[in-house]
Amino acid sequence: MSSLHEFLSMGGYGAFVWPAYGLAAMVVVVNIVLPLKRLRRLKADIRRRQGIAS
Amino acid sequence: MDKYSWAWFHRFASPPYVYRVAELWAPWFAWIAGLLIAAGLYGGLWSSPPDYQQGDGFRIIYIHVPSAYLSMMCYGIVATASTIGLVWRMKIAHTVAVAAAPLGASFTFLALITGALWGKPMWGAYWVWDARLTSELILLFLYLGFIALSRAYEDSRSGDRAGAVLALVGVVNLPIIHYSVVWWSSLHQGSTKFFGGNADIQTSMLMPLLLMIFGFTCLFAACLAKRVQLELLGRERNAAWAAEAVR
Repeated sequence: MSSLHEFLSMGGYGAFVWPAYGLAAMVVVVNIVLPLKRLRRLKADIRRRQGIAS
Repeated sequence: MDKYSWAWFHRFASPPYVYRVAELWAPWFAWIAGLLIAAGLYGGLWSSPPDYQQGDGFRIIYIHVPSAYLSMMCYGIVATASTIGLVWRMKIAHTVAVAAAPLGASFTFLALITGALWGKPMWGAYWVWDARLTSELILLFLYLGFIALSRAYEDSRSGDRAGAVLALVGVVNLPIIHYSVVWWSSLHQGSTKFFGGNADIQTSMLMPLLLMIFGFTCLFAACLAKRVQLELLGRERNAAWAAEAVR
């Protein structure tokens, strides 16, 4: 798998390129997951307050 | 004038209407974002050739430029929504500004960190107190200030107005960021000319970049829609429409 190794080494810049992409992936995931989780919790809270069984 | 001609606009002042629109649009933007970003990643990391000066190190461009662009575009949204909220006393506009600010802060942070990771191998330093870098850092502080200020009051209306004033004052930073590489001698490169006969960038590198820019924009739109929903429902949790919406 020399081509995979080549790909991962990014011509010697792997130590900069991959952390940048990894961090971008983390920011994207947090931006997606956080509002969805909070919205679900808020909806459950509103339902509970109004005594509507979900 | 036809008295109904502004009806479409007035609907956007109605929380349940905006909530429904956001619910409807979010998945579409998310799917389009996923496709564009997947294609952009394939083009950016795999099929585009290494740069003639920077080798494979230049590939950070495919996340650095979209996040830097979004950091400024989002501030434009926060400032525009704040203006509408202040001038027309439209509560929903403030809601959009408050919903957009954390996203803008996250992309500003990403632009700064990816810039540092790009700067180290190319310039020899993670950080320099250069006009472009410093003004982008100020943008991050403006976002954080806006977020802190808009949450600092018991009454959300006071927080909305205080945050909006800060957002408007901070607008002066946007042209400074954009023209920083022209006005001051900067380590940061100038604007890249994308199109035309004397474009600075090859099509094989430009296509993935455009895909990533549009992909990130659609992703931003999807996240903003969900955050607007969250903010609206949180503020109007006691309204009749909220009970309907959570059923």
